[in-house]
Amino acid sequence: MGKTLYEKIWEQHVVVAPEGEATLLYIDLHLVHEVTSPQAFDGLRINNRKVRRPDLTLATADHNVPTDPLSTPILDPISKRQLEALDENCKEFGITVFPRGHENQGIVHVIGPELGVTQPGMTIVCGDSHTSTHGALGSLAFGIGTSEVEHVLATQTLPQQKAKTMSVLVEGTPPTGVSAKDIVLAIVGRLGTGGGAGYVLEYRGDAIRALSMEGRMTVCNMSIEAGARAGLVAVDETTIEYLRGRPGVPQGEAFEATAERWSSFVSDEDAHFDAEIVINAAELVPFVTWGTNPAQVVALDGVVPSPEDAANDDERESIQRALEYMDLTPGTPLRAVPVDVVFIGSCTNSRIEDLRAAAAVAQGGHVHEGVRALVVPGSRRVKNQAEAEGLDQVFLAAGFEWREPGCSMCLGMNPDILTPGQRCASTSNRNFEGRQGRGGRTHLVSPVVAAATAILGRFATPDEVKA
Amino acid sequence: MKPVHVLEGRAVPLERSDVDTDQIIPSDWLKRVERTGFGRGLFSEWRDDTTFVLNQPEYSGAKILLAGPRFGTGSSREHAVWALMDYGFEAIIAPSFGDIFRNNSSKQGLVIVQLDVSDVEELAQMVKDDPSRLLVVDVERRSVEVPETGWSRSFPLDAMTRERLLEGWDDIGISLRRSDDISNYELTSVAPSLDGVFDDKGHARYD
Repeated sequence: MGKTLYEKIWEQHVVVAPEGEATLLYIDLHLVHEVTSPQAFDGLRINNRKVRRPDLTLATADHNVPTDPLSTPILDPISKRQLEALDENCKEFGITVFPRGHENQGIVHVIGPELGVTQPGMTIVCGDSHTSTHGALGSLAFGIGTSEVEHVLATQTLPQQKAKTMSVLVEGTPPTGVSAKDIVLAIVGRLGTGGGAGYVLEYRGDAIRALSMEGRMTVCNMSIEAGARAGLVAVDETTIEYLRGRPGVPQGEAFEATAERWSSFVSDEDAHFDAEIVINAAELVPFVTWGTNPAQVVALDGVVPSPEDAANDDERESIQRALEYMDLTPGTPLRAVPVDVVFIGSCTNSRIEDLRAAAAVAQGGHVHEGVRALVVPGSRRVKNQAEAEGLDQVFLAAGFEWREPGCSMCLGMNPDILTPGQRCASTSNRNFEGRQGRGGRTHLVSPVVAAATAILGRFATPDEVKA
Repeated sequence: MKPVHVLEGRAVPLERSDVDTDQIIPSDWLKRVERTGFGRGLFSEWRDDTTFVLNQPEYSGAKILLAGPRFGTGSSREHAVWALMDYGFEAIIAPSFGDIFRNNSSKQGLVIVQLDVSDVEELAQMVKDDPSRLLVVDVERRSVEVPETGWSRSFPLDAMTRERLLEGWDDIGISLRRSDDISNYELTSVAPSLDGVFDDKGHARYD
């Protein structure tokens, strides 16, 4: 029997698999940021341990960097202290770090692929649950906690139990206006927040093959929202062409030999998956979440659901609670729901393609009166490229804010937060209670829906803006 | 971490599903570089509500949290575990858990007890009937009991996690004993060193 992509990567990284114990898995790349690492570095110091492979470790400041101009000082002393701690720790342990203002700084899941340090067949970890993003390049990538960060720093390995595999087959051609974000919202809506628990998801089918690398990253990014620690897409020409010429990959002729090896990181034809779901892309539409977890999703054309639609008591209670928190009335058309804030950014949707798509909708329009719209590029490289293409001018002319790179309003650790009661259309990944600021109400959407919503001041699709 | 054998204590029923780690500890608490003091931030968005169950005097000092399905989904923040333990919880009983949260718990000695929904509901009812009731979570026997009523269930706990809890082992110490295996693996590893990619200022050598 053939092997899945997951099994191939797993087998190539087994250091030792003692009987009755967890397998010790080698980690090829450890990405580090300021929030989940300080206590891990402290643990090393307390135990007088070193970082085993600083040359396989890379750090960036992203979660709580302000997105104000670089000349603005960091006013929050606790944030400032944490960012300084990252710099000091990396210096002490010999790790390359990209602090605020560095040419390579950005959201950890944006910079890994764009620098070409994320590569097919690798094992990649980071103290962040959206590490699943890197699976778009055919690498096994998952989020870990701080104790595990310390473990990887000290040993470059992790004790792991093998996961089950799930094939997520997305077949057919999505209608115009349906983006990678809508595909993954549909998947999370189908699986629920726990449906992927214990599995590694492999996204397959012609609708996935047709996606750009940016689109595949958006899909893999939200694997964790279905409970799966990792998502994967098999390597193909799109993967290899995306990586060609990037700083982290072999240059010149050496690239071809490496690319040849990468091409083996696909599931075999006769590989067995433990579970499978099939999604017909032709039936997909633009989606929006209405509730307080990412599986509470409806068609943008639809209406706010009712507790009476629930299948059981648990779900009824959950809908009721979400409606109260979100201040929504069952039966209200989503297109009639006004927003206060629009956030275009995050490790889900802040790459150049996302910004191009949003800018194309914003071009010639203007942000609706009373709406605050932020565009936060995922990295300095994305920001520079967008500016070279004139996208910043499109956004600024349309009344959007054009900000410095970082995680920003996705999780509200920096000053970009919602105030209580504000409603936000966000291209990020989580609509949890208080995620974007205490009392804030988050609706997850694609970049084009976010841009159209900013202009019309209520949930909208691009066709309404251009009409 | 400290070894855990048997926990005995009162429980508090948190009757909500999908309690994600943002709700356990909101992100403004994540700016701290310390590992202690997170208990004050536990469920902080709900603690202002005087009717919130943790604010009820009959549940103060409870060591066991009874939660709903999919407890601890979302972010990888271990701060969620630190907050629960700093507050005083030593075990969480729920029908299902987020994978990363479950992992993080095992590293800190927070005991994860997974029971059927109906069993968790029965326990919650017993606790609501009499909040002073004692529950016993036995890691060695993989069981949870209410001695007063004779109620008892077993829960799944893999051999490795059980042993680590019982012995209070440090994972890193265990893995470091495999240093030779790791060095041998590295002889054939193809992981590209970043030393060739970035100079000492973090600038890309090829761009």
